[in-house]
Amino acid sequence: MEKKEYQKLTEKYSPKENKLKNAIIAFLIGGLVGIIGQALVDLYMNVGQISQSEATSLMMVTLIFLSCLFTALGFFDNWVSKAGAGLFIPISGFAHATTSSALEYKREGLVMGIGSNIFKLSGSVILYGVIAAYVFGIIRFVFFGG
Amino acid sequence: MNIKFNNVYVQEVSTVAGPFVIEGPLKDKFDKKFIDFYDGEKTFEMCEMKELQEAIQILLDKTKMQQEDIDFAISADLMNQSTISNFAYSKLEIPYLGVYNACASMCESILLASSIIENKSAKNAICSTSSHNMTAERQFRNPVEYGAPKPKTTTFTVTGATGIMLTSNKTDIKVTSATVGKVIDMGVMNVFDMGSVMTPSAGYTLNEHLKQTNTNVSDYDLILTGDLGIYGKQIFKEYCYKEYGIKLEDNYDDSATRIYDFNSEDIYAGGSGPSCLPLVVYSDIIPRMRNKELKKVLLIATGALMSPTTCNQKLSIPSVSHAICLEVI
Repeated sequence: MEKKEYQKLTEKYSPKENKLKNAIIAFLIGGLVGIIGQALVDLYMNVGQISQSEATSLMMVTLIFLSCLFTALGFFDNWVSKAGAGLFIPISGFAHATTSSALEYKREGLVMGIGSNIFKLSGSVILYGVIAAYVFGIIRFVFFGG
Repeated sequence: MNIKFNNVYVQEVSTVAGPFVIEGPLKDKFDKKFIDFYDGEKTFEMCEMKELQEAIQILLDKTKMQQEDIDFAISADLMNQSTISNFAYSKLEIPYLGVYNACASMCESILLASSIIENKSAKNAICSTSSHNMTAERQFRNPVEYGAPKPKTTTFTVTGATGIMLTSNKTDIKVTSATVGKVIDMGVMNVFDMGSVMTPSAGYTLNEHLKQTNTNVSDYDLILTGDLGIYGKQIFKEYCYKEYGIKLEDNYDDSATRIYDFNSEDIYAGGSGPSCLPLVVYSDIIPRMRNKELKKVLLIATGALMSPTTCNQKLSIPSVSHAICLEVI
């Protein structure tokens, strides 16, 4: 059997992923994370009497902390696998990827284990995030005067 | 290549099963159960070594033999450098060979051990396998606590270890023949669909075995493939018919579909790992052969020879399958 013919055969029996359903779940869960974030910002602004930008930073720290804590407690991976992009695209996904790598390599020591591997999954986000920031920063500076 | 054996018999088997497997349909049939992925050990790897050691010890206890009585052992697991087998056997006084053919290792090791026994170079041998869901996830996929969504064709590595004692002394169950498979690469690149990767090599080995032993599918009470999964099983049936004209009926099944409880657990397309097929065979099939319920069984262990490095380099995944025929005498 030719490779192409075989590919058709495997596609025939492969289950179809329900993309619409996955998108709706991701939209709802992602939206929920957004609502929680906004509620936290409002809370910090009203209770702490701080500016919006300070409250936003605090909100992000809170979400990161909770994602890390839930990952360490062992149930966040189940949430992410069910919620999909709704949880791994927001900042919670970055925190989850970083913490799970750190947990994974804990037994291999602080330097060769955690230190070398903590950004195994999230390293790409950092690298290309920094590069993208430079590129768009330069474009903004050159064409729009900073 | 097909090899015929005249003097190799199955003396005893042992099974140690871990989480998820012990809630599956075979839950009452294992010699020992592990209820969590650590079982009191510090790491997943140490837990898997302990599982394997327990499986060997149970085998020795059941056969009332000492380590010194064993001529040699062949062992396989999924870790790089066969780490689990190496470490488990470092605590034992048994001459040792480590092999790797991923999930086809069970039949590979029985085939090799049988050849040595048939050759009269040894009187007995242990063939052991182990796999652990968490150590496999870590090596082949992502950190275990990382929860990316997976497609439905993903298989879920079984946690467990097994052992079989082969002997030249006559028993009820005989290893009659074995077929060495070919490495086949059909260009499948999806690491979440091992069933599609392994089907062509399983088909080749089945056809080769039937051809060289002059038998038909209907001559066997059961033909059991390794870990193709629920979708791979369907692909396999159609592939065998289209490519070789072999029609698989009710006497064919896949061990990946027999190991877990599909109703209550999120285990995708079924089990996988070197211990998947032997856990089903040693806990269920061998006892049924002893009861004469099944008389002639063909086992085809299917192995996806996947490496994360080559997958990242966009190379497709090769596979190999080996067959063993067991008969009641």
